[in-house]
Amino acid sequence: MTEGIDWIDRAGARAKGKRPAYFDAPEQDRTLSIVLALVAEVSALRERLDTVERLLDTNGTIRRGDIEAYVPDAAAGRERGVLVKAYIARVMRGLTQEMEAMATPEPSVEQVSRELRDL
Amino acid sequence: MTDVPPPYTAVARHGMSPTPDHDEAARFNFLAGFNKYLSAGIGGGNARTYATRVLPGFVAEHAREPADRFEIRRAMNRDPWHRFWSACKRNSMEMRQHNGRQMVLRQLDELDGRAAQYNAGRATLVLDPAVEVPRYQRAVDIHCMPGSYHGEERAGDVSAGANYDCGIFATTGGGLGALNDGGGAALVEWARRERPGWQPQRILDIGATVGHNIVPLALAFPDAEIIAIDTAAPVLRYGHARAQSLGAANLRFVQMSGEAIGFPDGYFDWVQTTMFLHELSGTALPRVIAEGVRVLKPGGLMLHLEQPQYSDEMPLYEQFIRDWDAFNNNEPFWSAMHGLDLKKVMRDAGLPDVFVTGVRAVVDESVFPDQSKQVEDHGRAAVWNAYGAWKPTA
Ligand SMILES: C[S@@+](CC[C@H](N)C(=O)[O-])C[C@H]1O[C@@H](n2cnc3c(N)ncnc32)[C@H](O)[C@@H]1O
Repeated sequence: MTEGIDWIDRAGARAKGKRPAYFDAPEQDRTLSIVLALVAEVSALRERLDTVERLLDTNGTIRRGDIEAYVPDAAAGRERGVLVKAYIARVMRGLTQEMEAMATPEPSVEQVSRELRDL
Repeated sequence: MTDVPPPYTAVARHGMSPTPDHDEAARFNFLAGFNKYLSAGIGGGNARTYATRVLPGFVAEHAREPADRFEIRRAMNRDPWHRFWSACKRNSMEMRQHNGRQMVLRQLDELDGRAAQYNAGRATLVLDPAVEVPRYQRAVDIHCMPGSYHGEERAGDVSAGANYDCGIFATTGGGLGALNDGGGAALVEWARRERPGWQPQRILDIGATVGHNIVPLALAFPDAEIIAIDTAAPVLRYGHARAQSLGAANLRFVQMSGEAIGFPDGYFDWVQTTMFLHELSGTALPRVIAEGVRVLKPGGLMLHLEQPQYSDEMPLYEQFIRDWDAFNNNEPFWSAMHGLDLKKVMRDAGLPDVFVTGVRAVVDESVFPDQSKQVEDHGRAAVWNAYGAWKPTA
């Protein structure tokens, strides 16, 4: 570990330049940052678990160092990439589906239900 | 087959590469996938938002269409879907920086030690503390990179260069190749095709950063004298050590401004920049071009690789989306620069015959994405325009 500087503190330094506000309330911006960081951490955890499983498959036993040194071959790299992609699709469903919804204007289900009543 | 980025571990290692631990690599893998989701996956949602509600809303309010990309931006910035998308993208940029800096700073002693071994007493690294960091570099931290290119965590360190190098993978999904040198590799291919047998004797790269795109030229022309200049010492230290470890012995890194190039008139056969001009300022850009023309030999080549300039033919929406980095990723000159007529700037500097040609990153396509098949990530794809000219001989 690096001596003489607080690397955790310094790694979190902000970039100079006013950050745009994306939402009306600052708490919403803060919350999204936390959520996305957690989303990333879950992905990293899942990848670690995948590494453990693969090492157990081939070696039957593992040491921590094996996990750190593990390098997926092309096929495993792809499989893990697909896992990440499917995972992102699950957590980002709301944004993706809202995009889909924009393509076709729809009446509210309340309105549809009124129409069906009189059909 | 499902299109996914290669894993971070496929990135080539050189003598200065920070060593990722398992989870650091996994975080970059996530970000590469997340950026791909935001661009190729749902990036098209921005155009849909624009077409289905933002443009109609604007027309209803103003009884006309938006007159420029700025009006589109202000209207889009009120749209909830675009805002959420932008917020996600901004966070992904910030997380890339944070993840890269954690990885680099925890092993900075080791990295500085390695750099010292490659750099100490070497004539191929020339630092000059008298060179000032230009104001256009200090105004904000460009692409949200804390400390920018010139920042140091302690005197003489390489943290800025190491962080810049290690995280490009995350934002490009490996699109620049195993050594992030797909642009430089493309320049080599282009020169070989355009001028078979040409052996330039001296090449200058202005604003080289860590030398990603000049190392391929140095290796392709081993007998040439290659100079890479930059105003920021930390990236030069890192870049020099990296280049040495990759065997580019004919490449000299010099701390120097492109606005005042300390070489004689007509010294270079080839003066080039890659992804550099958009980080200058309105007055610095023509000055750098003029200096480049001055140090260029008659008959020599000037070449600038950039994202395409905006023109009247480019739809305003396209200009708006390409401008995203300008306002959301701290690229304060990006918008103005891409609005310039670069060909005219070059003509005014004494290069009458300017040509523009498309260039895409040359990468190992067995591992890294073939850029001709990628969905455009507006303003970030590894597909560029080369703005070039041969200096008249008479
Ligand atoms: C976007 S980076 C260039 C990327 C690099 N050419 C590559 O292909 O990887 C911009 C660089 O220009 C440098 N720079 C800015 N102003 C400069 C100037 N006036 N003279 C020389 N370098 C400058 C910055 O320090 C930074 O390293």
